[in-house]
Amino acid sequence: MLELIKPGFFFDFMKVKWYALAFSIIISLIAIASIVISGFSYGIDFAGGTVVQVKFMQPVKADEVRAALKSIGLANERIQNVGQPQDNEFLLRTAQSEDSMRGMTVKIKGALENSFGRENVQIQRVEMVGGAVSNDIKNKGFLSLFYASILILIYIWLRFDFKYSIGAIVATLHDVIVVLGIFSLLGREMDLTVVASFLTLIGYSLNDTVVVFDRIRENVKKQTSSNFDMAYIMSSSISQTLSRTILTSFTVFIVALILFLFGGEVIHNFALVMLIGTIIGCYSSIFVASPIVLFLSKEKLKA
Amino acid sequence: MNKFKLTGIGVLAVVLVGIFLALPTLVKLLTPYSLPEGWIGPKNEVRLGLDLQGGMHLIMRVETEKALASSLERTAADLKNQMIAQRIRYAKVESLPDGVRVMLRDSADENKLTDLVNADYPTLAEPSTVTQEGALILDFKVKPAEAKKLKESAVSQALETIRNRIDQLGVSEPSIITEGTDRINIQLPGVTEPERAKKLIGETAVLEFKLVDEEHSQTDAMKGDIPPGSYMAYMKEGHEPMLLKQETLMTGAMLDDARVHIGSNNQPYVAINFNREGGRIFERVTGDNVGKRLAILLDGKIYSAPVIKDRIGGGKAIIEGRFKMEEARDLAIVLRAGSLPAPVTVLEERTVGPSLGKDSINKGLMAAGIGGLIVIIFMILYYRASGLLANLALIANLIMIFGIMAIFNAVLTLPGIAGIVLTIGMAVDANILIFERMREEIRLGRAPKMVVEAGYKNALSTVVDANLTTLIAGAVLFQFGTGPVRGFAVTLCVGILTTLFSVLLMCRWIMEWIVNTKDVKQFSI
Repeated sequence: MLELIKPGFFFDFMKVKWYALAFSIIISLIAIASIVISGFSYGIDFAGGTVVQVKFMQPVKADEVRAALKSIGLANERIQNVGQPQDNEFLLRTAQSEDSMRGMTVKIKGALENSFGRENVQIQRVEMVGGAVSNDIKNKGFLSLFYASILILIYIWLRFDFKYSIGAIVATLHDVIVVLGIFSLLGREMDLTVVASFLTLIGYSLNDTVVVFDRIRENVKKQTSSNFDMAYIMSSSISQTLSRTILTSFTVFIVALILFLFGGEVIHNFALVMLIGTIIGCYSSIFVASPIVLFLSKEKLKA
Repeated sequence: MNKFKLTGIGVLAVVLVGIFLALPTLVKLLTPYSLPEGWIGPKNEVRLGLDLQGGMHLIMRVETEKALASSLERTAADLKNQMIAQRIRYAKVESLPDGVRVMLRDSADENKLTDLVNADYPTLAEPSTVTQEGALILDFKVKPAEAKKLKESAVSQALETIRNRIDQLGVSEPSIITEGTDRINIQLPGVTEPERAKKLIGETAVLEFKLVDEEHSQTDAMKGDIPPGSYMAYMKEGHEPMLLKQETLMTGAMLDDARVHIGSNNQPYVAINFNREGGRIFERVTGDNVGKRLAILLDGKIYSAPVIKDRIGGGKAIIEGRFKMEEARDLAIVLRAGSLPAPVTVLEERTVGPSLGKDSINKGLMAAGIGGLIVIIFMILYYRASGLLANLALIANLIMIFGIMAIFNAVLTLPGIAGIVLTIGMAVDANILIFERMREEIRLGRAPKMVVEAGYKNALSTVVDANLTTLIAGAVLFQFGTGPVRGFAVTLCVGILTTLFSVLLMCRWIMEWIVNTKDVKQFSI
């Protein structure tokens, strides 16, 4: 039998809770600081603007593309190589949209064709989002995060005691803040797909927490006297479920990694959220969710 | 027959139906072949989203306030004529963005005017009056309900016109629907010339016939001395200015047909046929103005301004304008389909070329394949025979996702494929939870039968909880997401349901069947 964690393994997780807590607070603060100071780079879904993915049939330099766009009055736009260098594929981004420039996608195509020849330009993808629609998308994205959080909260509240709910919520919040912070630090673009991956993360990061909590409750029920060591029960519950916590995160981590590596440009950021999220979610279910329940239990005992 | 057997038959039936329903989709996605000729099974397939099959998605806004404004302009012009007929003397009659303003010469005419408006213009509300420099001004606002009705009809008319135009473009399975109060959502799968389609959809295409003002000097007009009743317009090609009379003699509304013809010099032109009423008006207009130049305008630009040589009967006219063939063809299309009641603007555009779509499918399928393979190998290495069973459930799970999506004609998008890949990773989680639990039971020295029973019983609530939280997130996403993201929500939610089925019913039944019928001494887990 292949075993990641040998049966009978015990580690006193609750003993290191202060270190874990300090670590979590530090990375959360870094994340919040980055979000507050540098914010997010919003994709066109939220900020409005235009993205054009274009493939050239000949080697082309980014500066040449920039010059071509300048001829129609688009300056300082972001031009980024995508795929392999020999693909000659670029992603052009501009904050302009049909709001400020009528017929702009047609004009961009025309400018590129004029500079590089009609047969050498292949427009792969055009996405243009005007101000009115980007506001709608922003509202919808925000509302969906809000409603999903509320519904999941209600569900947890119904299923667990109050102190467990608090633990699960804080852990999930911790995951979302940290991953958001990493997104902000890396300057990754936020768009609707990324919001979708955050929603999935909220749903998924609870999985490990639920596994640990179920075991804690089970072990608490087994206690015959009311005078037991909650910290010990927690540590042993986490130890008992450690292999499944790691294994379940591992399988999702693997598929997220594959998506990140092979899924292509469009779902790159989506995969990244899940990739980081599974690790953080695994960590927080052990080191954030359970200690909080422990703190709340102690409070109760004193009172 | 006992309950256990019944469950088994039920599970088997569900899986078989799932496979059956998924077949058309799997054949389409994974093989270069199509279904055999005599296929009698279901033909429903999962539809590919625009991001996978290539195509264009547009959200257009109908500028309904302009439809209202031009309707009020007509009302104002009509009211002016009526006032002349009824001898109500006015200083000014003009249209406002939301009503009509009348400045009377004699305030004693106030009652006469309100009576006229009440009787003949039911869309206008009671006026508000102000006196300015001794003159009485009456503002007739359009009734809010009427304005709303007018705007709504502008949107539905625009929708109809756009649908007509797209029909002529030859796009298979376009979707054109209204969204909100003034938006039109257009999906054109597989459209090969997105720019052309966009131009064709966005053109207001108001055809007008106006006389060229030849009585006044055009050079004076260019210096800014424009005579009343005339205005400057520009040629479509070359942008040369031309002084035109403001009055519109005819519009394209009386058109029956428009076709492209090739002229003697190999130059395409568009021949139009008026309907009976239009033909009569055209005959009168040309008869009255022989020797003058008649300008033909589309959306305010002059296409041509030929000299009227003779009265033209039979309701036929031609539009020339140094066209390219394609241009002439598109002009004929928009003329046949009719003009939009108001201009439209593009609010959102997402176009994906067919090669990128194909590329995305391949990348998505490759990610699914590699991810699936790694997970499958891992499960066999870690859980041996039980892992094999989990893999069987995983494969049935994936097939059923496609089967369910096919019956609902759901849309598969690139994020949707990502959702399926994630499902692969999450689906085995349920089995991992159960198998780990079973290992604990084995360590307690339980018999195989008891191991299976206790394993499923004790892991059940954890498995359900873990999946339900993700399902909640997926359901909310489905409600709020649009396009590709909605496709993700679909595969995520369907994936969770099929996971619960394949793990908690199918896998469990097979395990119970094995420990019940075979003499299992040692669990391979």
